[in-house]
Amino acid sequence: MNTVAPKKRRAFSRSIPLFLMVGPVILWLLIFVAAPLVYILVISFMKKGTYGGVVASFNFENYLRIYDPLYLKIFFVSIVIALATTVLCLVIGYPFAYIIARASDRNKSILLSLIMLPFWTNSLIRTYGWIILLRTNGTFNTLLLSTHLISQPLQMLYTNGAVMVGMVYTLFPFMVLPLYSSIEKLDRSLLEAANDLGAKPRRAFWRVTLPLTVPGVFAGCIQVFIPTLGYFFISDLLGGGNSVLVGNLIRNQFLAARDWPFGAALSILLIVFTIVLMRVYKHFGGSLENIT
Amino acid sequence: MKQSNKQLTKLLAAAFVTLIYIFLYLPIAIIVFFSFNSSKLNIVFQGFTLQWYGIMLQNTDLMSALENTAIVAVATVVISVFIGTLAAIGMFRYEFRGKSIVDSFLYIPIVIPEIVMGISLLAFYHILNISLGITTLIIAHVTFSMPYVVVTVRSRIAGYDMSVEEAAMDLGATRLHTLLRITLPIIAPGILAGAMLALTLSLDDVIVSFFTTGVDSMTLPIYIFNKVKTGVSPDINALVTVIILITLLILVFMRTFEAKTSKKGQVG
Repeated sequence: MNTVAPKKRRAFSRSIPLFLMVGPVILWLLIFVAAPLVYILVISFMKKGTYGGVVASFNFENYLRIYDPLYLKIFFVSIVIALATTVLCLVIGYPFAYIIARASDRNKSILLSLIMLPFWTNSLIRTYGWIILLRTNGTFNTLLLSTHLISQPLQMLYTNGAVMVGMVYTLFPFMVLPLYSSIEKLDRSLLEAANDLGAKPRRAFWRVTLPLTVPGVFAGCIQVFIPTLGYFFISDLLGGGNSVLVGNLIRNQFLAARDWPFGAALSILLIVFTIVLMRVYKHFGGSLENIT
Repeated sequence: MKQSNKQLTKLLAAAFVTLIYIFLYLPIAIIVFFSFNSSKLNIVFQGFTLQWYGIMLQNTDLMSALENTAIVAVATVVISVFIGTLAAIGMFRYEFRGKSIVDSFLYIPIVIPEIVMGISLLAFYHILNISLGITTLIIAHVTFSMPYVVVTVRSRIAGYDMSVEEAAMDLGATRLHTLLRITLPIIAPGILAGAMLALTLSLDDVIVSFFTTGVDSMTLPIYIFNKVKTGVSPDINALVTVIILITLLILVFMRTFEAKTSKKGQVG
């Protein structure tokens, strides 16, 4: 990308000046991304007014409040659920991506479109589909009861298990796509070389394929882990009141409790957490371009 | 022995992939299935009916949610593709100071959790006294889809040899002519890919919309979100089925378009 020779640049540079091309994006990002984030940072150090609202008075109280065992437990549960979702997506997604990447070219493009297709139906609508399947008088229970496998309907909806199913379901493609592209890019002659040198397929997988696809694994994990913390509507719909995650907590501060400063502090914490994860990711050689 | 082993592995792989696809399509299939159910409850299939497809048309709330979704999606695609493509070409063609800063700036909306973007825009609109409605919704959608458009268009045009532009101009083509006949056809697949991505992101969004929509500008997912707790009637299933059919048609159309352009040798 950076190797464009100066000569080639000229034709276009004569037609539209640079600031007109890149300017609008920069302006948009400054106004609608940077300014709102700075504002959130500012109100995270303020106090909640008596009737909602924000009262200017600099303090760290909102950050200190997070140490309440009640909130710490929510953080703990959220991270456990996010981790479990990530691991499940990876364990199912890796062999899945591997099989697709090794399919014939024609099958590959069909199989890939089939992963993308459900994306075109809104994730909330698909979550509603899970409610129909999982609820007490839902499809699964009806089927299980009519085949006499169970005598009492199972409580499936409004459990942490249901939340996990919903999260894995919604975020699965975000794991599969980066995995797929890193497996697909893998130079197959390396595997042939390993084979020629006497490595059995299993050994070749652990010593060649897996290490070389680590960037895809990292990219996938990050893209599953971070959103899971914020997907409040899945825990809302599938977990009922039994599952309050960080996302629900933040949402509640901004809508129900109207404690914006506390909600802002929680959001800042989430951003810091994200930045730390991204640092770790980049430290291990991850590239931002894999995360799109 | 070895041959049968290979066959077994293949069979297991096929079974595994099939299971995953069943998992991916089951919730959608069940919604479509119950849209034809004569019972008002999405529980047992009582008999085939198309009545919900008629009822859905008379549900004004549902129809206005659909309309809002379409307006927001189209506006988002137009704005984010226009601004995003300009930036992508600019960043591809020029080296300038601060380019790497702009680059990492672009990744902020991609990387930060959606909920943070949602609440930050909500707070921002609030302090500026902007009341929530379809405009705030469109701004929010453009904000999260534009960076994706820039990245997609840029990576798609990265492989093209733009010197054909110069060749055209050397041969006497005017600037406008070069833009219309050379540059645009070359980058069209990239723009289309960016537009598709923006459309997908806008249609799939729940979280950012949840915070930035007003009472009168609810999109379909937000409308359903509010309804799910009180009970959803099958006319929503019917509408979802119609939407799935439409998206399938669009995808088929896209496929044929892509096949056509790649035949012309424009897809790298």
